[in-house]
Amino acid sequence: MNPHKNQDEGKLASLLLEKIAVLADSPMRLMEVCGTHTVAIFRSGIRSMLPPGVELISGPGCPVCVTPAGEIDQAIALAKREEVILATFGDLMRVPGSKSSLQEERAAGSAIRVILSPLDAVQIAEENPDNTVCFFGVGFETTSPAIAAAVMEAGRRGLANFHLLSSQRLIPPAMRALLSGGGVKIDGFILPGHVSVIIGKAPYCFIAEEFGLPGVITGFEPLDILEGVYLLLRQRKEGRTEIEIQYSRVVQAEGNERARAIMEEVFAPCDSRWRGLGMIPGSGLVLREEFAAMDGAQVFDLPYEEVEDPPGCRCGEVLQGLIRPPECSLFGTRCTPEDPVGPCMVSTEGSCAAYYTYGRGAGGNER
Amino acid sequence: MKDKRITLSHGAGGRLSRDLVEEYFLPCFDNALLRALDDSAVIPAQGQRLAFTTDSYVVKPLFFPGGDIGRLAICGTVNDLAMAGARPLGLTASFILEEGLLFEDLKQVLASMKGAAEEAGVQVVAGDTKVVEHGAAGGLYITTAGIGAIPDGVAITSAQAKPGDVVIVSGPLGDHEIAVLMARGEFSLQGEVKSDCAPLNGLVEAMLQVCTEIHSLRDPTRGGLATVLWEIAQASGAGVLIDEGAIPIRKEVRGVCDLLGFDPYYLANEGRLVAFVPEGEAAKVLKAMQKHPLGVEATVIGKVTAENVGKVLLHTPIGGHRLLEPLSGEQFPRIC
Repeated sequence: MNPHKNQDEGKLASLLLEKIAVLADSPMRLMEVCGTHTVAIFRSGIRSMLPPGVELISGPGCPVCVTPAGEIDQAIALAKREEVILATFGDLMRVPGSKSSLQEERAAGSAIRVILSPLDAVQIAEENPDNTVCFFGVGFETTSPAIAAAVMEAGRRGLANFHLLSSQRLIPPAMRALLSGGGVKIDGFILPGHVSVIIGKAPYCFIAEEFGLPGVITGFEPLDILEGVYLLLRQRKEGRTEIEIQYSRVVQAEGNERARAIMEEVFAPCDSRWRGLGMIPGSGLVLREEFAAMDGAQVFDLPYEEVEDPPGCRCGEVLQGLIRPPECSLFGTRCTPEDPVGPCMVSTEGSCAAYYTYGRGAGGNER
Repeated sequence: MKDKRITLSHGAGGRLSRDLVEEYFLPCFDNALLRALDDSAVIPAQGQRLAFTTDSYVVKPLFFPGGDIGRLAICGTVNDLAMAGARPLGLTASFILEEGLLFEDLKQVLASMKGAAEEAGVQVVAGDTKVVEHGAAGGLYITTAGIGAIPDGVAITSAQAKPGDVVIVSGPLGDHEIAVLMARGEFSLQGEVKSDCAPLNGLVEAMLQVCTEIHSLRDPTRGGLATVLWEIAQASGAGVLIDEGAIPIRKEVRGVCDLLGFDPYYLANEGRLVAFVPEGEAAKVLKAMQKHPLGVEATVIGKVTAENVGKVLLHTPIGGHRLLEPLSGEQFPRIC
């Protein structure tokens, strides 16, 4: 509604693109780790504007996409119990488990509520004392402090019917696993701004120190992302490899200590399974012993069963940046957002969904 | 599809809703009038052309800022007629009342229907009531049908958009869906956004007075702007090029979208229209719209091209471009 803002944005974008074009004298493959970046890149058309040598590949930073089907099955098993109300974030609804999805279970009669904030699950528990309320808590560092706060709040209100099925994951251990695997060639990272608000800069420093790669903590506006790309190219030109903060209006180098403190009070790190990446040491969060009574995984005796990926589904390789979504033979034919096979087609932040929704056809932006 | 059930996504107005109609309803009732899949069917009747349409209303909650289920039931059907360029002649209204509904609420809904019908200059001329047991109908469901007369010389369909046409929207998008979402209180959101719910036949008449050659008109209800533009591009065999920076969206609406991860181009509206107008007539039509109370904020957002047939291309404010696809299912709030 403000044409001047648009004009300014356009001018700044072309200035940044000129600078990028000057520095892009040889190919550079950059991974945007976070799904929010993937969507912002597609929505703003950045792929259609970058010089051909600069390639953006999507990483494992979509919490829905990396949740293994076995954990979806656990949540479904819980939701099917007569007394249980399962509370969950919206974009988990359509993720396929081995047999069905939460959306299909809701249609078949299970009590499943979509919530926006973990505190809403606490409220549901308070309002439904005769039911068992289980919050299926999926998310990265961005979400974990709020989940920790909800656990504390349920404790404060003395709600014995509130439980957490924790399916939280941490970004830096996954990046280490990705780099140690060595399968994917990456020349630099566009690092997630929101996660970094919590954890700050230090947890990424191993990327530069041990793997010799640059990283820029980047914001989510189109101009932020263009500047992030520019800063990565500039590091290469100047022969530096370090972690820089582009998103300095929001991210502080030391992160948010209070948020980390509440996370650490409630959760301890644990090994965690990632779809596509397998078991990664120290990459998950489990409730500490003091909160065991709220731990859905312990209270409900939910056996975990490994689920094979559906035949032909290559989400695992997509999540590692090994292939682009259109290289999967199911993409856009057997697997669409309406009838997804793999999780990367489900979440709006999944790379397959982003490629499908924004990236096909016109204008050659299917790169 | 063997064990598949209907999910809420089939009702979201996007691709799945269309698949539902095309796979189950069209083959069953197939005929030339239905096949057009426009907002109204156009029936030839002794030298006259009548527009005929029906719609059901199941909104929750029954009352929301800027409207209620009764106002919606009148406006929705009047607007479907207006999108064919028709003047409404009469409406019917059928009510499914749930056991336990407060008479006070019913009275308020009926008064609001009366008000909206007066605004539109149309009467409810027939109706029906049924009562179902508690828990079966969310309080109150309404189905309305409407019939309207299409003036001579007016032929508006989704298949008429032509290269060069200018695309105009009548005001900011997404107000209705965000107002209803907030009124539901599910996401502990509060705000000042009011539904845009309004009868658009007066605005369309004002437009037709200055230009009878309007090619396509749609009200972007479920599925939003993106879905309507895509359907017109498909039906007309043309491309649509939209300047993203020109699409009017209120700051509050954009804020809620950012928070939930919703795309505002898929939000439902109940008192907005999208018009495809020949280039030479666009300035006149835009001026006529802006003079009407429901078109004060009307603005040009794009044009029709001969390239990119069947597609909607969006030019982004930073100078990039991308495709705008129809809504694929329900929009769910994202995690982070």
